[in-house]
Amino acid sequence: MASQTTAAPPVAFQINASDNVATLLVPAQPGSVTIRGSAGQNQITAQEPIEHGHKIAVKSIAMGESIVKFGVVIGAATCAIREGEWVHLHNCGSRLDERSNAFDVHTGVPEDVRYE
Amino acid sequence: MNETAWQGYLRSDGRKGIRNIILVVYTVECASHVAHAIGRDEDDVHVIGFPGCYDNQYAIRMILALGRHPNVGAVLAVGLGCEYTQPAKIAQSVRESGRPADAFFIQENGGTKASIDHGKKIIAHLRAEMNSQAQMVPMSWADLIVGSECGGSDGTSGLAGNPVVGAFFDLLVDRGGSAVFEETVEMIGLRHILDARAASTEAREQLLCAYDKAERYCREVRQYSVAPGNFAGGLTTIEEKSMGAFAKSGSRPIQGAIRVAERPPHNGLWLLDSVPDPHFMQFGYTNPNDTEGIMDLICAGSQIILFVTGRGSVIGSAVSPLIKITGNSITYNRMRDDMDFNAGRILTGEITLQAAAEELASLVQDVASGQQSKPEALGHREYFLMYKHQDTPALDAGCHA
Repeated sequence: MASQTTAAPPVAFQINASDNVATLLVPAQPGSVTIRGSAGQNQITAQEPIEHGHKIAVKSIAMGESIVKFGVVIGAATCAIREGEWVHLHNCGSRLDERSNAFDVHTGVPEDVRYE
Repeated sequence: MNETAWQGYLRSDGRKGIRNIILVVYTVECASHVAHAIGRDEDDVHVIGFPGCYDNQYAIRMILALGRHPNVGAVLAVGLGCEYTQPAKIAQSVRESGRPADAFFIQENGGTKASIDHGKKIIAHLRAEMNSQAQMVPMSWADLIVGSECGGSDGTSGLAGNPVVGAFFDLLVDRGGSAVFEETVEMIGLRHILDARAASTEAREQLLCAYDKAERYCREVRQYSVAPGNFAGGLTTIEEKSMGAFAKSGSRPIQGAIRVAERPPHNGLWLLDSVPDPHFMQFGYTNPNDTEGIMDLICAGSQIILFVTGRGSVIGSAVSPLIKITGNSITYNRMRDDMDFNAGRILTGEITLQAAAEELASLVQDVASGQQSKPEALGHREYFLMYKHQDTPALDAGCHA
């Protein structure tokens, strides 16, 4: 267990200094995460497990507020998001694609089409 | 770097090339074997061709754009003898641009072997003439057009590979050069961004028309695209996926949209609209493979192509050297002979995005000065010309009628 506590925290990459999310380069468990990128380097605390390639909020985001990545708006918060939370289909909606909240949050499989 | 200049080949239209190649063009698939045999073991000869027997205005515009490309010094057009596309007319048009050019039909030369021998002799004459009239002049960033494309993408492409190209495009444009990007069907959801990035009212009209056509194309051919696998991988919205590809465009104002085989009317950053216009055969395919998109960028006059690949593509290109960039350090180490630039160092924190863009700029300058890119040294000379239609009027043509 000692090796787990001394291992370097997982890294998330923030592309643009104005982004409010960063992308995990490796999977993260609740606990310390290093945010690296255009805004420099700092530590935040992941509130939940987040998969590799998925996004973590680097600051708190109010419901309805824009989600910003690459320095541009990629969607809007569909509920309040705290710093360190996973940002995905369950709390971020497209401003264009009406279907965007109709997918399973883990698999991406559509849940709005019936197979009967 | 602002002051730097290297030597280039001056063409009669004022453009400057970074290579001086002889282009062999075949005008139907039936002539392709002979064309490739003529080019074999000739270092300065590249081969392109159009496979169809029935001709196509779009493909002919591309052939002429390639034959009169600044990196090309001479052209030999080879036909079988019964196809629609005319080799002699291609050669005539190239000669009018001040380059030596010739053409012949295989059927009039006694078949395969005689035609290869004949072609090799013509190449020797064209080379002598081309070299005797070559005019070397100083060349700088303002004389350069660089195109960008991505393919074989992975999660690192949107994080590092495409952003480093975008940051380099900002440097290139600031230094007076030109940059061209395409893939409008991968810009769905970014209409407001194109709107905000337009350099002028006219540019805005062109960009939005090109966007609207791409969106209509996606709707009609049902090729939209963000899929369950993208969601599972961490992408949340179509805007996010599109932005990963669009990051190649950097952040400078976009001067407008050009169409395939058109050159940027002035320096700066340009969108290339390669989406077919709706036609009696419907839209047809837009970019069936990466090489097709790369040829579109070269037809716009790009002397160098930047190609971003996370998973590791091994393509190169005829006419203009292709520089291969990966955002994935594992791919870079696994395919070192193919990869020119490791943008994965941005993700590991070894280098900043800005420093990587500066480093990429010096690599571009080295290649412009004559250093072979990795795919070029490996002998990659891929090309792809196909039937497409960009001839319809009014709105469908992307506001260029």
